[in-house]
Amino acid sequence: MNNFAYTQATSTKEAATAKQADTHAAFISGGTSLIDLMKSNIEQHSLLVDVNKLALLGIENAATGLRIGALERMSDVGEHPLVVQNYPAISQSLLASASPQLRNMASMGGNLLQRTRCGYFRDVAFPCNKRVPGSGCPAQDGDNRNLAILGTSESCIATHASDLCVALVALEAKITLENAKGTTRTVPLADFYKLPGKTPHIENQLQPGEIITAITVPAAAHARKSHYLKVRDRASYAYALVSAAVGLDVQGGQIKSARVALGGVGTVPWRVPAVEKALVGKAPTEENFRAAAALAVRDASPREHNKFKVELAQRTIVRALLEVVA
Amino acid sequence: MSLPNDQLPDAAGNPPAGGPSRRSFLKQSGGILGFALVPPIAGQAEAIADKMAPASPIISGATNMSLNINGQVKNLRLEPRTTLLDALREYLDLTGTKKGCDHGQCGACTVHVDGRRVNACLTLAIMAQGKQITTIEGLAKGEELHPMQEAFLKHDGFQCGYCTPGQIMSGVACVKEGHAKTDDQCREWMSGNICRCGAYPNILAAVREVAGKQG
Repeated sequence: MNNFAYTQATSTKEAATAKQADTHAAFISGGTSLIDLMKSNIEQHSLLVDVNKLALLGIENAATGLRIGALERMSDVGEHPLVVQNYPAISQSLLASASPQLRNMASMGGNLLQRTRCGYFRDVAFPCNKRVPGSGCPAQDGDNRNLAILGTSESCIATHASDLCVALVALEAKITLENAKGTTRTVPLADFYKLPGKTPHIENQLQPGEIITAITVPAAAHARKSHYLKVRDRASYAYALVSAAVGLDVQGGQIKSARVALGGVGTVPWRVPAVEKALVGKAPTEENFRAAAALAVRDASPREHNKFKVELAQRTIVRALLEVVA
Repeated sequence: MSLPNDQLPDAAGNPPAGGPSRRSFLKQSGGILGFALVPPIAGQAEAIADKMAPASPIISGATNMSLNINGQVKNLRLEPRTTLLDALREYLDLTGTKKGCDHGQCGACTVHVDGRRVNACLTLAIMAQGKQITTIEGLAKGEELHPMQEAFLKHDGFQCGYCTPGQIMSGVACVKEGHAKTDDQCREWMSGNICRCGAYPNILAAVREVAGKQG
């Protein structure tokens, strides 16, 4: 890693100010993404601003739902009774991520900003439009087995890697951001991420100096009856080939509301409103699940080695829905 | 306010020559001195106090730090980029903790920080200050082995032994967390520690025996 400087912020304002003052500064919370990226020379920073002393904690019921401080650790949120009971998809997505050691270190805010696992992005020997704008995308015709089939462009097909984000996007989570002036704004997480388009190096709408302070999730019946299913090559400790976060509110044998989002297949966490609409008003049967799931991949654009994801994504949605109503 | 190029690390990542200059110090503190001359007005006092608070120090290059390892305070002089793993192995001669992948993927570097299992390879030593760090060397009490170490011997829980310190540290925490109550649960919650020799069945047996005894 390059020989960066280090400072420990004692307030959100101080942290945001330090970050805004230096375009090559980075926040560090758990460090599980950042230090990994720096060791691989994918990112270099002049200054690390340690944000762990900031008062961005709390896992609690807020006015309309759940509020999680950005500095809460993945492990603590994943096993918190409030989350397990009322937002099981969030709990399951967290506990399906990484390893116990990493979950003990990693913060919720940091998880939201993790970067793709695309092998070309992760190896500086290769050209990569995300890492070096304009250098090219060898993934298009290369080893793209674990890359995206939705939201792709000619510049980039890198998959968004976070499990948590899939559950959060499905359940319509919002994040609160604060800048160096102390101004806060709240953004739906689904709107926070940017499709690669022609600018894959721009992954989200973070403004200079901004820090994520909290995540909020609206309470809902479809949040209480939610589930996260992760399909991967190994039984544990691997990224998703395909994953699905689903939630259903079933009353009188009829689906009143549905939430469905996919992971492992999108360049951003991929909510599928078409599937949700197709489920509403229907009985929660496998046949209806299959018909709805087919709508998820209508616009899929697979590459040579990830064609299997088109079918697997549908089956994953169906299986997740079956598990949530079981 | 950004610092001029001669105050930033160079392209190779070396700290600025001569350390922070008078110019950069004044630039950073200028805001504070400016406001010191303005008489505080009620209601603005808080905003001014905020600006009056000294900026946290920016540490650049080798710096003195104190780590609490296995109950002992160790004083070191390290760069901010030194990981806890390298601090233990290269500067403290505590080579029980192993470097497997150095990227948080194998678990060989598992240690306890404030009682929680973490990967030392992704922990900066400077950020581990003020915390209780336990390594494999800190489990035994003199000649008396920790029950997990006894169990690994009894169940032949290792072949080459390289992943073993990490497995033991992870296993101790796994049991304490209550995540070793069944074989399947234990496999899942030990999945952050990989073993190229394939000693998994015996590692599982060892951890599960300790869980059975400790509940």
